[in-house]
Amino acid sequence: MNWIGRSLPRLEDPSLLRGGGSYVADRIGKAAAVRFVRSPLARGTIAAIEIPPCATVFTGRDLSDVKPIRPILHRPDYVPIGQPVLPVDRVTFCGQAVAVVVAEGPALAEDIADQVFVDIDATDAIVDLDAAVAPGAVPVHPEAPSNVLVEGGIKTGGLDNVFAEAAEIVTLELRSHRQSAAPMEGRAGLAEYDAASGRVTLTASVQMPHMLRTGIADTLGIPESDLRVIAPDVGGGFGQKMSLFPEYIVLVWLARKLKRSVAWIEDRRENFTASAHGRDQAFSLRGAFSKDGRLLGLEADLRSNVGAYSCYPVTCGVEPLMALAELPGPYDLAEYGVRSRGVTTNTCMMAPYRGVSRPMLTFSMERLMEVAARRLGIDPVDIRRRNLISTFPHRSPTGLVYDEGSYQQAMEAAVNAINLPAFRARQAALRKRGRHLGVGLSVFSERTGYGTPAYAARGMEIVPGYEIVDCTMDPSGNVVLRIGSSPHGQGLKTSLAQLVSDELGIEPQRIRIVSGDTDTTPYGWGTFASRSMVIAGGASKLAAGQVAGKLKTIAAHLMEAGPDDITLENGFARVSNSNRAMEIGALARAAYHQSHKFKGLSPGLHESAVYDPGGTFSNACHVAIVEVDIETGGVKVERFLVVEDAGVLINPMIVDGQIAGGVAQGIANALFEEMIYDESGNLLTASFADYLPPTSAEIPEIEITHMETVSPESVTKAKGVGEGGAIGAPAAVVNAIVDALSPFGIELFELPATPQRIREQLRKAGVSVHG
Amino acid sequence: MASKLGVNLTVNGRSHAVSIEPRRSLADVLRDDCGLTGTHLGCEHGVCGACTVLVDGKPVRSCLMFGVQAGGKEIRTVEGLADDDTLHPLQQAFWENHGLQCGFCTPGFLMLAAGALEENPDMSDDEIKDVLSSNLCRCTGYQNIVKAVRIAARELRARSRA
Repeated sequence: MNWIGRSLPRLEDPSLLRGGGSYVADRIGKAAAVRFVRSPLARGTIAAIEIPPCATVFTGRDLSDVKPIRPILHRPDYVPIGQPVLPVDRVTFCGQAVAVVVAEGPALAEDIADQVFVDIDATDAIVDLDAAVAPGAVPVHPEAPSNVLVEGGIKTGGLDNVFAEAAEIVTLELRSHRQSAAPMEGRAGLAEYDAASGRVTLTASVQMPHMLRTGIADTLGIPESDLRVIAPDVGGGFGQKMSLFPEYIVLVWLARKLKRSVAWIEDRRENFTASAHGRDQAFSLRGAFSKDGRLLGLEADLRSNVGAYSCYPVTCGVEPLMALAELPGPYDLAEYGVRSRGVTTNTCMMAPYRGVSRPMLTFSMERLMEVAARRLGIDPVDIRRRNLISTFPHRSPTGLVYDEGSYQQAMEAAVNAINLPAFRARQAALRKRGRHLGVGLSVFSERTGYGTPAYAARGMEIVPGYEIVDCTMDPSGNVVLRIGSSPHGQGLKTSLAQLVSDELGIEPQRIRIVSGDTDTTPYGWGTFASRSMVIAGGASKLAAGQVAGKLKTIAAHLMEAGPDDITLENGFARVSNSNRAMEIGALARAAYHQSHKFKGLSPGLHESAVYDPGGTFSNACHVAIVEVDIETGGVKVERFLVVEDAGVLINPMIVDGQIAGGVAQGIANALFEEMIYDESGNLLTASFADYLPPTSAEIPEIEITHMETVSPESVTKAKGVGEGGAIGAPAAVVNAIVDALSPFGIELFELPATPQRIREQLRKAGVSVHG
Repeated sequence: MASKLGVNLTVNGRSHAVSIEPRRSLADVLRDDCGLTGTHLGCEHGVCGACTVLVDGKPVRSCLMFGVQAGGKEIRTVEGLADDDTLHPLQQAFWENHGLQCGFCTPGFLMLAAGALEENPDMSDDEIKDVLSSNLCRCTGYQNIVKAVRIAARELRARSRA
């Protein structure tokens, strides 16, 4: 029986549905409560911290032996900035933790924190991205006088020529405003001290438990063996929970100092002000086009606001360097000149958020194509047809190698599905009645499942990428798979069980996946960057394949056949072309209890495998149909269609879930969500009343169809799919809004396209709107 | 510290005598004093709905209600939804239709839907989508939640006719 390709209901779900999930806050027991005192100002010098009498409060002075968080890129243009776990002399963003309170219960801890007075001599904050790089801007950190923490660039030899010869040059200024991943569960940590061993167990809501152990051990100067990190059920991450945050280091320090268990459950305001943000980017593009719409050359100045510090381990290079490398996306581009900078400001740190730069760069390229098509009088679908890559492997101007995809075919399928002529007729009819509908397209590539070479190319001191999987079949024929990856809602355990089932010929219910515990899983990188199905999946397939090979050898021996004649299916090892068969459980028992019979085989069934692929590109085309209310500037997404190619689907239902969830975040990016700071660096959107994730009322049914390009770059034949929804949706939605408003000649180059921004453009165009 | 008050809560048919500070939310009381951690806290300011429970049959944000206000009322939480080994039709439909990913918002959605369907078993598909817009989910994009509740609504109607 084939388990791959079946929409098996998830093995994870029954306990979650019964309220039996075990998130950090569900495990804190009698631990003392921790509350952080946070800076109310974005920038200033700490004059004094006044602590109420008899309270257990620590400040940066108490933690002076703890090293700062200091992620490194080995690049000459990178300026390393140390982030103190608790600052001693100055504060750098509003919400930065400056002291920590320990008390019996969270309410009391909050009461005490309210009585801690932090006296700060305020100075003017640098908040805005372009203000930070303007001449004469005050440095946020003395180490970086220009406020640029990382800068990269390339220029191909023929760029100037193609601009000189271009029929049309399109110049665009694009802006993506800041967002929060806003997982439903915020950050949380429980640090438990074990008096007998002196070890601390940190249970935390994180995506990279092994990395967290390394980071905390390094800053505290302790061996990693003194620390165990557990990621239990995690209530969403989307990249926000990848990074090493000061709060987790402080928790472990407190547990060791006080020799007791302490717990911190962040509130929503802390998550908004002090966790991590993303997508605060400004791109200036110039595209050189031939008369027939070929993109001949692209020049780009890319700025990313990386906030006050560099995130560990991926560093503040993650957005700017991704933007630099991947801006051309799915388009065949010969000449490329780019400068990309990561700019520091007195705002919350940037860290990866689902899609990392690619929502903005896809938005930018797709707006570029639309504007060029209009200027050149070419149909928007046609201009893409003329520029999409179609021969593989394709090498981009930045040296990325794209494995085979279906860029053209996915777009054609999407355009056919939407029935463009029928839509145009309906659009015209409704316009006569004062209703404004529009259709928008977005074509993109999603680089997924990349191993160490991709990270090494960025110059990272810590180079993630591989995964190790240990696969053990016990004497009853059931399997434990120990993975370094750390799923947090993706259903990875179910998908891996399906994959391993097909290797070993047993049902997925007989396979238990152990993840998220540094004591019981091999060192690994976690779940992020659309990598787990490809990389942890690849290692799982390889490890299970090795166990299967051993089972076949044993079966061949016991049934007097050749190992190649054995198949494993439905719980049995069968000899082909015969009726001889043995239960897999009986073979497993023999492997452990009759090992003396099998010369040349090690006893038992325990195998380990590593997988470290170069990476594979998924691709998709999104189409949005929207209606814009020109009175209010409000946008309703009427229809949203995705044609996606992620190779072989292990569990189609789970894949569709990833796409739909990503599209919802992408629609939010297009229309609703924006982190707004005032000019002093106070966050104005620190609640769900001000920062607006969409609800079921705003998200249409996402119509998904699949294509299947099998890649030699993935042993499971699966490509990654975690981020594509979020990458493609903003461009499709905004292109649709612009199409809807095309009678007024309105263009939009800013995310999100809020009612205010749309009304502003309508007013400028002289369209009658109130106010 | 404020003095504590003795309150009797009935949760999922069981009586809990708790001694609580008046300022404690119902959510905290359920989680910390009754040991029912299935009710989750996502925002603690009444927007996300992860903490939704039923109080006398009505969906309530348990982060916005004080524990002492719940004395003498019938409270139901996600732990009381299944009939021992048999999942409630809503739970079964969420499972079969992939109505959850990380699972953090799920108890709130289940209780919201359970309360809404008990009040109006004949909700239209649009009404269901509208009611579900009370709560936030960050993983699923909602369509599978909406689908699961529509399917469970049909199942519950069929059972009530049977």
